[in-house]
Amino acid sequence: MLAVQLSALLDGETPGVTETLDLVTGFDDALTHGLGRLGGDRAAALAALAGAVSASPLGDRAGEAVDKITAGSVAGDHLTALAGARTALLGAVHDALLARLDTALGRTRAAWEAAAAPAPAADHLLAAARSWLHELAITGWRGVDHDLVSASSQTVEALLAEPRLRRVAVLLDGLAAELAACCPIATAPRVPARRWADLWARAVLLAQGLPADPDPEQVSGRLLVLGVDVHEHGTAVQAQVHGLLEPAGGGAARLVRASVSAAKVDTITGPAVWRLLQAHPVLLGALAEHRSLDLTGMPLLASGDLLWHDDRAAAGEPADPFAVARVQLADALAPAVTPLDRHPVRIAEPVLLEGYTVDGEALVLDGHPLAVELDRLPRCGPLTPELVAASTACIGLVRWDAGRWSVQPLAVQATVKRKPVTAHAGDWALGPTDPKVVKAEAKAGDVVAVLRERAGRLLRK
Amino acid sequence: MSADAPAWEQRSTARVVSPVQPRKLAKVPFVELADGRLQGVVSSGSDIGRVYVSSVAAGTHTYDCSTNNNRPCGGLYGAPCKHLRLLVDEAVIQYGLDRVAGYLRAEVGDDGDLIGALGGGVERTPAAMVFSRFLRHLTYLELPGATTPVPELHWFPAGVAR
Ligand SMILES: [Zn+2]
Repeated sequence: MLAVQLSALLDGETPGVTETLDLVTGFDDALTHGLGRLGGDRAAALAALAGAVSASPLGDRAGEAVDKITAGSVAGDHLTALAGARTALLGAVHDALLARLDTALGRTRAAWEAAAAPAPAADHLLAAARSWLHELAITGWRGVDHDLVSASSQTVEALLAEPRLRRVAVLLDGLAAELAACCPIATAPRVPARRWADLWARAVLLAQGLPADPDPEQVSGRLLVLGVDVHEHGTAVQAQVHGLLEPAGGGAARLVRASVSAAKVDTITGPAVWRLLQAHPVLLGALAEHRSLDLTGMPLLASGDLLWHDDRAAAGEPADPFAVARVQLADALAPAVTPLDRHPVRIAEPVLLEGYTVDGEALVLDGHPLAVELDRLPRCGPLTPELVAASTACIGLVRWDAGRWSVQPLAVQATVKRKPVTAHAGDWALGPTDPKVVKAEAKAGDVVAVLRERAGRLLRK
Repeated sequence: MSADAPAWEQRSTARVVSPVQPRKLAKVPFVELADGRLQGVVSSGSDIGRVYVSSVAAGTHTYDCSTNNNRPCGGLYGAPCKHLRLLVDEAVIQYGLDRVAGYLRAEVGDDGDLIGALGGGVERTPAAMVFSRFLRHLTYLELPGATTPVPELHWFPAGVAR
């Protein structure tokens, strides 16, 4: 990313974003206090939200929903319509931000061309999820207590047991854990209003049932890894690998992702999480050893997501992600965004930053400061705030949250004690390489093995 | 748009729960702050198939320890047994002293002695609920992994608030 590109990204507002987010904030405030007893101001905030989508296909349903909710009769369909309206507004914000980022980077992005898939069949497990989400909305975050949180427990357990419903299960489990940790919310000093409304709206939409993904294409060629983004809550971990696919038949390199995830418990954290992903040794090996991968017939969705089959990948030559980023990233073709996933939180565009200075929590390129997400350095890898502070080059993901652009480092080149050091988030995918961390891990023992032994002995008694 | 930190309430990725600290799980595989108690499961030192369910109530600081079959712990003579001591020690590693003491509403002196501050005496508490929560906890390890993306996890970045 060049200084001129960063300046194009940062200088000046993106039109419409602040106004749209104000409408979302109004809805989020109503949800904090509960849709079951709306005052005048909050009813007006809902009406403003519905008004903003009035010209869209959602308009009639959103308008009717606000009328009914304001009159005190809240039905499931009304809440779904409002969740849809909020999602549509944030989708528009996402589109404006991503267009701005693509323009600044000069990045070409494929258009979404797949036809809308039919709605899925009704599902009683999803009905249970919807009913809990409706209860939350009527009550409002401020009214949520332990009983309401634990009412989700059986539903989440049943959803988790269904692999096809994993996404909504993982989402609800994460939300319920946060609500439980904050109880009693009535007296909590503050409420993460945007975040919980995001999670709620997302869950409401997922609980309608997801249309089937369009058929993937089968791709072959060389996958050059740029880095790995790790996601984690108490009971889930996902490693999302960003890379460039050089198609075997020639043509422009394509930005792709490979995502592998596992269920876990809160006490499995830090480098131990890689042990939960050991079913993908070829992928983890490429991360740890900085190798390219040769893919044969790997399914690829239009969203740029490879559906990872470790047996369709073979370890290739060593490939330095920094060299890959320097030579090929600028001209790579970016994938389309799945319509349902259009939300600013998923903006995660790989970039290379070089020649900057570090000023506190920002990388400064020719006078333009870009905030660094030090909170997002995963504990399963060697990246630390100190390494970032000592860095001179960084592969990262450009992110946006609450009005601010930032970069999440995936790898840095730094100078420590006058020696060059390179660290990638995935360096420990096959186990830690830092002697201090190896020692600490050895002392703690293999937590995954301990819990699996307990599960084997106690669950099947 | 500036590099200043935006308002927490307006952040989609606001951090609400701090990840717990890693610890050895061999002796105390399960610890939680839930149902108004610090509660957990302690593996028996002598019988590999037996576990103890130990708990301390918030506020009253009464405590209990029994096997998962509800047999009272033999080590509980009017003072916390070794299982309760282990439970409290491991909870402090996992969550930090402040969070555990705060949840239990316990006043801890400068010596950091939490177990010494818990003088509520024994009060029988059924072990079955905690034990079944532990079993549910273990079932997560038996769920199959996935290779289809979970876009929702973008709301849950790994890392720690600094
Ligand atoms: Zn005992």
